[in-house]
Amino acid sequence: MDLVSELLISFFLVVAGIFGLVGSFGMIKLRDTMQRLHAPTKATTLGVGGVLIGSMLYFLLVKGMFSFHELLITLFLFLTAPITANFIAKTFMQANLHQSDLPGTESEYGWSIYQDPPERSEED
Amino acid sequence: MIGRIFPHPLLSVLLTAVWLGLVNKVTPGNLLLGGILGIVVPIMTAPYWPRRAKIGRPLRVIEYFMIVLWDIVVANVEVAMIILFKRNRNIHSHWITVPLELTSPEAITVLAGTITMTPGTVSAMLAADGSSILVHCLHTDDPDGVRDQIKSRYEWRLREIFQ
Repeated sequence: MDLVSELLISFFLVVAGIFGLVGSFGMIKLRDTMQRLHAPTKATTLGVGGVLIGSMLYFLLVKGMFSFHELLITLFLFLTAPITANFIAKTFMQANLHQSDLPGTESEYGWSIYQDPPERSEED
Repeated sequence: MIGRIFPHPLLSVLLTAVWLGLVNKVTPGNLLLGGILGIVVPIMTAPYWPRRAKIGRPLRVIEYFMIVLWDIVVANVEVAMIILFKRNRNIHSHWITVPLELTSPEAITVLAGTITMTPGTVSAMLAADGSSILVHCLHTDDPDGVRDQIKSRYEWRLREIFQ
């Protein structure tokens, strides 16, 4: 293991650690639930991403093989993180906000947790 | 006949690729097992896909993916800066309504995911008829600018991809 690859891998690990730390710190610092939601969905993505890049580089430069697992973890992370955030946001709004706290929808129907969707036509 | 065996060709290819990625080694045996999964799973889940998303321009997907990937990196740095260096009373959060021109559920799902992963915004809710999306912005002094950026940067590209 030569010095350059060691430095490169350590760099990504340290960056990942910093972003993970900032994301967790944001959870404490920010004021309300909706603001706190921003910390884990973003700052932490790069935290995990950095570890994954470090891991890929380790396998590529040191073990001399290409590893697909990190790509799959990235894919699953990108699929699941927004859905989790969306569910947390909806639950929070259902319990704590009224329609009057939110801006309007620019159509005749309200937001989906306060109002039922319009009847679907047959071909849908 | 081919339509019966491969009701969803793209899903078949994706499943086989994911399987090969999971076992992390391309051998004939793994390829065979991945291929079987790629055939069986789409057939079994076909009832849950009443309408198929059509991808008009495959090259645009790659372009969109690179743009989003870059924006995620920028978003992380921006949010980290806001968390670390802004006092709480200087953080101006806004709710923003983004009217949608997209109609296909798949395209709206991708847009909502993109909004959550990129600069300072989380997608929170859809209108009951799917005509607009509610976005929470962590810090901005120009809510209209954020709305226009979402529309011009992401929605326009998704319309090209899913038309």
